[in-house]
Parts: sequence; C-alpha cells; structure tokens
Amino acid sequence: MSDLTKLTIAKARDALRRGETTSVELTGACLAAIDGADALGAFVHKTPEIAMDRARAADARIKAGDAPPMCGIPVGIKDLFCTQGVASQAASRILEGFRPAYESTVSGQLRDAGAVMLGKLNMDEFAMGSSNETSVYGHAINPWRATGSSRSLTPGGSSGGSAAALAADLCLGATGTDTGGSIRQPAAFTGTVGLKPTYGRCSRWGIVAFASSLDQAGPMTKTVRDAAIMGAAMMGHDPKDSTSADLPVPDFEAMLTGDIRGRVIGIPREYRMDGMPDAIETLWAEGRAMLADAGAIIRDISLPHTKYALPAYYVIAPAEASSNLARYDGVRYGYRAKLAPGDGVTEMYEKTRAEGFGPEVRRRIMIGTYVLSAGYYDAYYNRARKVRTLIKRDFEHAFASGVDAILTPATPSAAFELGKTHSDPVEMYLNDVFTVTVNLAGLPGLAVPTGLDGAGLPLGLQLIGKPWEEGELLNIGYALEQAAGFVAKPAKWW
Amino acid sequence: MSIDRATAAKVAKLARIRVEDADLPALADDFNAILGFIEQLQELDVSDVEPMVSVTPMRLPRRDDVVSDGNQQEAVLRNAPDAREGFFAVPKVVE
Repeated sequence: MSDLTKLTIAKARDALRRGETTSVELTGACLAAIDGADALGAFVHKTPEIAMDRARAADARIKAGDAPPMCGIPVGIKDLFCTQGVASQAASRILEGFRPAYESTVSGQLRDAGAVMLGKLNMDEFAMGSSNETSVYGHAINPWRATGSSRSLTPGGSSGGSAAALAADLCLGATGTDTGGSIRQPAAFTGTVGLKPTYGRCSRWGIVAFASSLDQAGPMTKTVRDAAIMGAAMMGHDPKDSTSADLPVPDFEAMLTGDIRGRVIGIPREYRMDGMPDAIETLWAEGRAMLADAGAIIRDISLPHTKYALPAYYVIAPAEASSNLARYDGVRYGYRAKLAPGDGVTEMYEKTRAEGFGPEVRRRIMIGTYVLSAGYYDAYYNRARKVRTLIKRDFEHAFASGVDAILTPATPSAAFELGKTHSDPVEMYLNDVFTVTVNLAGLPGLAVPTGLDGAGLPLGLQLIGKPWEEGELLNIGYALEQAAGFVAKPAKWW
Repeated sequence: MSIDRATAAKVAKLARIRVEDADLPALADDFNAILGFIEQLQELDVSDVEPMVSVTPMRLPRRDDVVSDGNQQEAVLRNAPDAREGFFAVPKVVE
C-alpha cells in the first residue's frame, strides 16, 4: 500500500484487520515521515524503539483476532501526558530530565488498546498559549502556508505539535488537551478535527495539570469518524481522578449515521464579533446552510454572558495554575537552579522557578497569585466563579429550550504568522474567544474543517453539545463534514 | 486599580519567582494590561449568584481511608535533582 501515513484511523484499522498491511509497516512509514519533518518541530521526543515494539505486539494481537479498534494505530502523544520512562516535560525547562515512573490513564488506555506511541508532541509551555510559541523546544510550525508565501505560520496552541503532526501526515491520530481551546483552535488552524469531551469524560490522572477545573484531554484526528474511534479509547471512568465521570462510554462510531433531520442547531448572536473577517462570517453562514440542507432546524439563540467568558477565564485559569504549579520547587523532580554560596531554600525556590518557567507561565502564575491574594480574592476570584455560573446557565437555558447543539466559528481568524502577537498578552488571549465558554461550562466541543480562506488556509467551525452527548455531537459533526467535503491538504515544503 | 512596582515585587515574592528590580516596571505594566481586561467582570451584578464549585453536578466520591499505594521510595526519589540516603536533599533550612 502506498501513502500509509495518509490513512485515516478507520481505514488503517480495516486494512490491518484484512491483513493488507501491518502495524510494523504503518509505524515504519510514520517514523520515516517524522524523521523527514524535523523542520515542523512537531515531535520533540521520538520513541522509535517503543513504537516498533508495540507495533510488533499489535500485529500479533491482530493476527490472534482479538484486537480493539486502536490496535496497531500509530499515534503521537502531547508532551503534557506522563509516559512511563519517556521524557514528559510539558514543554517546560522546569521539567527537564523528568522521566515519569508511571503512565497517564489516557495514554495508558491507548497503549492497552494496542495503539503505537511514536513519540511526544510539541505544545505551549504548560499548555499556556495559543501559538505554540512558549515551548522550551522552540516553535511547532504549521504545514500549511498561504498561497504563494513561504512565511511560517503557527499551528495554533497549545496542542500545536499534535495539529502540525496530523496535518503533515506524520501520525494517524494525536492526543491533545484543551483548557480554553487548545484542541479546537489548533485543529481549526490545520484543517484537522479536534474533540474536547465533556469535563470528566477523560481522566486527568497523569496529565500535567494547568487549570484542573477546565483541563480535559481529547482526540485530534483527520476525520470525525477517527475522533469517534480514538475518543472512545481515551474516555472512561478512572477512580484515580475524583472528577472522572462514572458513566459508560457509548460506541460513538456506531452513532455516525449522518441523519440529523429535525435536530435544532442554535446560532448564538453574541458570537458575531466586531471586526470578524469576512471569511469567517461566510464560513459560518455556509455551515448553517449545510446543516439546514441536511434537515436540521436552524434557530437564533442568545448566550448573553459570552463577552465575560474570557475575562472570567483569565482569572480562574491563572488562579488554578498558580496553585497547581506551586509543586515545581526544584526538590522532587526536574530542574534546580545553580545556587550561590549561602543561598537557602527560599533562594532555591525563587531562582529555580525564575529560570525554569518561561515568561508567559511566570506571568500567569503571578496573575493567579494576585487574584487569590488577601483582599482581592472576592473581587476577582469569587466574582469570576459567579460569572462562570452565569455562563453555564446561558447554555443550560439554550439546551432546555430545545436546542440540540450550537454552531459557531472555531477561531476568529485563520492561522497567523509566528512572532506576530508577542507584545500584547491580551491580544493573544482573544484567540480563544469562541472556545473558552465551552470549558467554563464543562461542555463537549468539536472543531471540524469546513473551508479555506482567500489565502488558501484552512478554517473550521465549532459545534457545542450537551453534557455527555459526545455521540450526538459527533454525528452532527459528521453530517457537517460530509456536507463540507473538506479534502485539501498542505503542499509539502518541509 | 493600578499595580505599582512594590505590588509587583510583593506578588513575585508570594509566587516564589525571582524578578530582578530592573524587570519590575515591565511586569507591573503586564499586570495592569491583564487586570484592565479582567476589570470588565465588575460590570455584572452577581449579588444573587452562587460561585461555581463544580462544573458537572456530581458529588466527589469517597474511598476508605487506607493505604492504597506505597513503599516506592526508589521510584519517588528517582527524579529528584538531589537525593541522598533515601531523602530529598535541599539547602540548609535551619540555621
């Protein structure tokens, strides 16, 4: 078979089961593609020996006739996931040299299902960023370029390496995590599919924590069907995460009928932003038309507290980060600063954290420290938590009125040039304007590529579903994907 | 509300992140930009709203208060920058 790395998970699974290829062949093809794509900065720790070992084991399992869907499928794992014996440093200097003694639940479930880990994927440091520019490993670069241009674009963030690897066909699926849009925005920037499940669907155990009440892992794939297959393998109850939902995980793939007749799709008027590019406006209108053609009922709705989502997020997420990241003290793992004679334990903490964290992480830790400090806790942190209640209530009202899912743009623009938005942290935060509400409300969200802008860059739409209704959400996404027929791929320059 | 140099220094101290004096004004500017953005939250009347505790309506599970894991000294210390004789080693804490 030619072009093995271009296969979807579904096609590879079927080919493996029919004996038309082997996991060793698939994995070998991906490893070769990865070695030829260092210019993309997507894979930051390659694990070829582990990959080939697992591929051989998967082939034996497939031969024995008892292989789950992900068996033998080569995937990349975001560096935020702890992987046993393999560097896992959240793209931060402060976790330099850290080799976890354990495997995260999600990557462990994939491993146990027979998936083949190719290596660890680049990301923004501690998942804080929207452009993959805060990584200690350097930028991940988008395989897509504007027509006629050789300028480097961001693959988005924080799961930028995952998105770049998928778009460049270096792997068949990748894990991502999403705290404010970190799966959906990179998916939209690279013409790929990203699912952020309902909060509690995927165990957070063994995933380096950023903002625990918002963090959620999910699959990043080439198609909606693949997101259904890989997502099901990642989800499920885990007693080691106290917020993990004790609910059965349905067979999402079996729910992909494409039949969405009578489904009510809400269009929130507050997502029509001033200064939104025409291409995004057009994309959104086309998406509405596609779903209506497929038999859905399009209904205008209001989510009145939308504009307060980003400011609430930039209180809550840094507050939780300042607490979670207190553990990096130079004592138990990772980096410790070189100390001067006479330095005590406080100097050790302060120098280690100054040298080990990058500027954006330091900034967010300190903002979080400030909003939690005596005298400001009520004015900022408690107020933000109340606003979060209002944002969730907006969605509850919409769903209670009969809406089945909500359609919005995934991002306010196409992928932008690397190095463009460093000067103003708030401007970078606006990337998450359409995605962050979903994390605050704990809902599932799906980014689906549906078109190209005038410069030939991919654009995506976001579907937002009811809690625990990923199957329904994926089916509506599947209908949108079928209607959009997005097949464009980046021209290989790397 | 405007953050001055002294407040920036205090926050850095609370966060246990060393910031050189020369870098404090830029840090204070960053804080002010971000806090200016957050300030919009003050527009809303939230007097009758409960602060969110859990985004999904679930009761946190409990387990029996027993040792579930342990005796892994070697694994626990393996990643330490400095470990000696079965302990994490740090600079002298007590004079």
